[in-house]
Amino acid sequence: MNGEWLPQFLQFLFSGITVGAAYALAALGFTLIYNASNVINFAQGEFIMLGGMLTVFFLQSGMPMPVAVVLAIFIPALVGILIEKLAIEPAKNAEVTTLIIITIGASLVIRGVVQVFLGKGTHSFPAFSGSEPIAIAGATLLPQSLWVLGVAALVVAALGWFFSRTLMGKAILATSYNRLAAQLVGINTSRVLFISYALSGALGAIGGILLTPLTLTSYDVGIMLGLKGFVAAVVGGLGSGLGAVIGGLLVGIIEAMGAGYISSAYKDAIPFGLILVILFFMPRGLFGSKVTDRV
Amino acid sequence: MPRSRFTGLIVIAVVLAVLPFLLPNNFYLDLAIRMMINACIVLGLNLLIGFAGQISLGHAGFVGIGAYASAVLTTHYSWSPLAAMLAGALGAGVLAALVARPIFKLKGHYLAMATLGLGIIISIIVRNEAALTGGPDGMPVPALALFSFEISGEKQWYWVLSGILLLSLWASLNLINSPFGRALRALHGSEVASQVVGVDVAKYKLAIFVFSAVFASLMGSVTAHYVGFVTPNVADFFHSIELVTMVVIGGMASIYGSVIGAVLLTALPQALTGFEGWETVAFGSILMFCMIFMPKGLVPTLAAKFGRR
Repeated sequence: MNGEWLPQFLQFLFSGITVGAAYALAALGFTLIYNASNVINFAQGEFIMLGGMLTVFFLQSGMPMPVAVVLAIFIPALVGILIEKLAIEPAKNAEVTTLIIITIGASLVIRGVVQVFLGKGTHSFPAFSGSEPIAIAGATLLPQSLWVLGVAALVVAALGWFFSRTLMGKAILATSYNRLAAQLVGINTSRVLFISYALSGALGAIGGILLTPLTLTSYDVGIMLGLKGFVAAVVGGLGSGLGAVIGGLLVGIIEAMGAGYISSAYKDAIPFGLILVILFFMPRGLFGSKVTDRV
Repeated sequence: MPRSRFTGLIVIAVVLAVLPFLLPNNFYLDLAIRMMINACIVLGLNLLIGFAGQISLGHAGFVGIGAYASAVLTTHYSWSPLAAMLAGALGAGVLAALVARPIFKLKGHYLAMATLGLGIIISIIVRNEAALTGGPDGMPVPALALFSFEISGEKQWYWVLSGILLLSLWASLNLINSPFGRALRALHGSEVASQVVGVDVAKYKLAIFVFSAVFASLMGSVTAHYVGFVTPNVADFFHSIELVTMVVIGGMASIYGSVIGAVLLTALPQALTGFEGWETVAFGSILMFCMIFMPKGLVPTLAAKFGRR
C-alpha cells in the first residue's frame, strides 16, 4: 500500500486534469458571456450536452467524424446566438434573478428538444485515436485524455491570441470593462454580444465532444456539467479568463482526489462544498477583482 | 393604503371556502392542496428574494430537510410527527443561521452560487444516505397525527392547509408593514443607505433567511405527511428553480403575487400533459416568455396596468 501511493495519486490527478480541462472550457464560456452582458448563462451546460449528443446523432446518420464534429460545434454556437437575440436582448436591463430564470428557461427548451428528437438514451462514440491506455509511472492515461488536454490547451491559446492580438478580441475586452465607453469610441457592442455568445456555445460544445468518449452523454448531462463549470468560473473569480482555466483544473483535480480518497458517492458534492469554503473566505473567488459599491 | 390591505386576503378566504364545493373530484382537491403548499413556501421565499433582495437558488434544500426530518425521525426513531416536524424546522433554522453571515457577505451571482451549492449538497446527501432515506427511491411517511387526532383524506388536508395559508398571508401582510418589513425593503433599495439610517443590515438578512428556511422546512414536513412519501426530488436543484420561478412570475415583493405564481406554476404541468414529450419545451418557453415580457411578474404588471397596487 505504502509504495503504491504515487501511481494511485497520479491516476486521480490524470482523471482530474482531464475533466478539469472540460470544466475550464465551460467556465471560459460562462466568463465570456458574463463579461459581454453581465449574465450568468445557466444554459451553458446544455452547450456541452449538445456537443456530445449532436456528434452522436450525426455519426449515426452516417456522416464522417470531422463533418459531424464541425457541425456539432457550429450548431451550439448558433443556439448561443439565438439565445442572445431572442431572449437576452429583448430583456435588457432586467434584474439578475430575471435573467437567471430566462437562461434556465432556455436550458429547459434545449434539453426538451433534444429529449424529443434524440431520446433519453445514453450514448457514446469511439475515442478519437483508440483506447489503448498509456502507462506512466504505474498509472494509466487514455489517449482520449490527451486529446482533451491538447485541444483545450489549443483553444485557450487561441483565445489568448484572439483577445490580445485581434481588434475584435480587444473590442470584446473593452466592452466588458465599460460598455458605454466602448460604444462611445465606436465599438459595435451588439456585435460583441453576438460573438461572445457564439464563442461560448462553441466552447461548451468542444468540451462536450471531447469528453463524451470518456464519460458518455445523454440529454440530461448538461445540468451537472454546467453547474460545475459555473463553480469553476466562480472559483477563478467571475470575469477572469485565466481564473476560469485555473478554476476548471482546480475543480476537476479536487473532485477526482475527493472521489478517490474520501468518497466516490459524494463526488458531485465536492465542487459545491469547495465553492462554499472558497466564497466564505474569499467572497470574490481566487482571481476576482475587488469591486466597491457606488451609492 | 391600510384600508385595502386585507381585501385580497378576504377574497382568497372566500374562494377557499367555496372551492371544495365546486371542484368535481379529489384530483382537483389534491391540486388545490399542492398549490396551497407551494404558495406558503413561495411566500416565505418572496420575503427573502422580493423584499430583502437576496436570491436563494437552494431553497428546496430546506424543504428537503423538513420533509426528510419528518420521514426519518418518525419511521426510524419513532418520534411523534410534531416533534419530528419541529426538529426539522430547528435544523433548517440552525443551518440557515450558521451559513447566513458568510453567505450574505456575497452579492448577486456569488450569492446565487453559494445558495445553489448549499441546496445541491443537501440533495446529494439525501440521495446518498440510502440506509436512512431510502436513497433515490425515497421512503414512505406515516400519517400526520397531532394529539391522537389524525389528519387524513383530501378534505381534511384541504381545510388544514387553507388555515395555514390564510394565517401565513395575514402574518406576511402584517410583517411587511411593520418596522421589520420596512427595514427589509430599505435593504433592497440600498444596503448602504439603510446602514446609514441605522438598519442593522446583517441582522435583518439573517433573520429573514432563517425565517424563510424554517418556514420552507415546516412546509416540507407538511408535504411529506400529506403525500405519505418523500423522494429526493423535493430537495433537488430543479425544485429550487421552480420555487424561485413562482416568486418571479407572480411578482417579486408581491404577497398576492406569491399565491398567483404558486397556483399558475403548480397547474402548468397538469395543463401541459397533453403535449406528450414537449412538456419541458413548453415549460421552458413559458418561463422565458413571461420573464422577457413581464420581468416584474404578473401581479405587479397587471396592477400597474389597472392603476392599483
